[in-house]
Amino acid sequence: MKHLALCAASTLALATAAFAEEVRVYNWSDYIDEDLLTKFEEETGIDLIYDVFDSNELLETKMLAGGSGYDVVVPSGTFLQRQIAAGAFQKLDMSKLPNADNMWDVIEARTAQYDPGNEYSINYMWGSTGIGVNVGKVKEILGEDAPMGSLSLIFDPANMEKLAECGVHFLDAPAEMIPAALAYLGKNPDSHDKADIEMTEAVFAGIRPYVQKFHSSEYINALANGEICVAFGWSGDILQARDRAAEADNGVEIAYNAPSEGALMWFDQMAIPADAPNPDGAHKFLNFIMDAENMAAASNYVYYANGNLASQPMLEEDVIGDTAIYPDAATLENLYTTTPYDAKTQRVVTRLWTKVKSGT
Amino acid sequence: MRRLLIAIPYLWLLALFLVPFLIVLKISLSDTALAIPPYTPTIDLSEGWASFRAFLTGLDFENFVWLTEDDLYWKAYLSSLWIAASSTAITLVVGYPIAYAMARSPDEWRATLLMLVILPFWTSFLIRVYAWMGILAQEGLLNQLLLWTGIISEPLTILNTNTAVYIGIVYTYLPFMILPIYAALERMDDSLIEAATDLGCSRMSAFWLVTIPLSKNGIIAGCFLVFIPVIGEFVIPSLLGGSGTLMIGKVLWEEFFNNRDWPVASAVAVILLLILIVPIILFQRNEQRAREMDE
Repeated sequence: MKHLALCAASTLALATAAFAEEVRVYNWSDYIDEDLLTKFEEETGIDLIYDVFDSNELLETKMLAGGSGYDVVVPSGTFLQRQIAAGAFQKLDMSKLPNADNMWDVIEARTAQYDPGNEYSINYMWGSTGIGVNVGKVKEILGEDAPMGSLSLIFDPANMEKLAECGVHFLDAPAEMIPAALAYLGKNPDSHDKADIEMTEAVFAGIRPYVQKFHSSEYINALANGEICVAFGWSGDILQARDRAAEADNGVEIAYNAPSEGALMWFDQMAIPADAPNPDGAHKFLNFIMDAENMAAASNYVYYANGNLASQPMLEEDVIGDTAIYPDAATLENLYTTTPYDAKTQRVVTRLWTKVKSGT
Repeated sequence: MRRLLIAIPYLWLLALFLVPFLIVLKISLSDTALAIPPYTPTIDLSEGWASFRAFLTGLDFENFVWLTEDDLYWKAYLSSLWIAASSTAITLVVGYPIAYAMARSPDEWRATLLMLVILPFWTSFLIRVYAWMGILAQEGLLNQLLLWTGIISEPLTILNTNTAVYIGIVYTYLPFMILPIYAALERMDDSLIEAATDLGCSRMSAFWLVTIPLSKNGIIAGCFLVFIPVIGEFVIPSLLGGSGTLMIGKVLWEEFFNNRDWPVASAVAVILLLILIVPIILFQRNEQRAREMDE
């Protein structure tokens, strides 16, 4: 509903201010402190039109169709890499981005894997993909020693059969789910080998009847309201659910765990499409986001770590001090990254995912 | 002048149907590529005839062959046809009595009743489907009501199942069934029923022998207005249906968005169009023949 309201608001803004300078940003849903949007408009006098999506696949289709009309978009690492290869983005003009000095070299070294030299993108947020649990309900069903930090919680049919009654959601994102199943099988999560990928089908088949829904944004509210008790999703989204449940004081306690078998580490990168109508305004937006204070406000709001070193002193203790958000050395060791699938492997992956979801 | 008047509808068809169809057909014969747009070959008219020839030789039917090799596609087509046919039947069973009652109601009420049928269109279709999510959810209005009245003791799982898809489709398309049937029934001459009863027909058999045949055109029009859009429906199954709801609209979306395979997505769309066009043509031929027989 919030998205609809936002869309309506942005359409209205478009109608009333047809002649003012505009910047159109396309970002993930539930991914910013909305006060920052007003702040940007006040500081620059530019009208900000802010739309949201919840899947990389959707964004990539818009990028490859061309003429999306957006000035700033936020693909994740492997998707960014492929879209750069397709010529979808323009190089950043560093002279317009003085705040780039605030960025964190540790993260830049990792994002260079997707965008060599970080020429096309800046890091917005990064995080891991793991397990969100409703602690009380899961303990009630599986006992005190429930494996809440292990992939066996969601991939072992014996556990899932019992959890099904209280509801389990999975991400509808094959590029994240298949690496997780590979990690569960003890394989290389980044394997592009067809035989390896097809081995995961049996894992999903065993637990498919117990998964209520594959969806990439509904689980935040569903977890917070106590409608479901387990979700495999993105770290910050699950921590937002934890926060919403605590605010509602509804007796629901949510926790996030990066699986002990390994968790996918991903990077969401802000980039400017090659055909952006207002590249100058886009640079202003990126520079605004890289401001230490603004970036800290965003992270404090969405519970994701950012790639901005200067923002760290301004982060709240439950963000910078939480190893689920800013992992310590031991947890970092346990995170893996992936590389993009080529077209042929992509087809195998999508076909398998359709089969997993629909049974055909 | 007369020719010009006849030409206008054909021009519309050409611009709004044939040209887009040819574009889709062209893409369905191409190959995917990592580029903008993500397929090859594309025509570059500035390079003249040679590039056009190169373009033609680059086309092939492998995407259509692909559709026959994987059972996903025909299963999705069949499942869509089944969902469309059964929801059309349900809509007819629900819609006919409503249209009948409207046509039989006093004159001064009819305008109001008609208004009530059209009223939902004033709200966005998307918002109405979202409202159904609120009604059918585990913690939704329907379950709360049923729990409160004591009819059930455990909440029912309706949202994210095929049942929810049927409810959504029947709700959304009901006006498209009611309006043509109402139009047919309203035109009907009441004295025909009187004549039938005078000649010894019971009210029930007068309904089956007179009213139903006279509203046949309304029924057929209503069924087509429901059946055709439901086959390609995407919004309702993706919002109300579960992951197990297999419909061709969703498969098409996945080809386009998840595989980024525009050529295969276009091939799926071309076949879908052929599936829809064949029954429409057969139906029209049939109608025309019936009209000629009447004359």
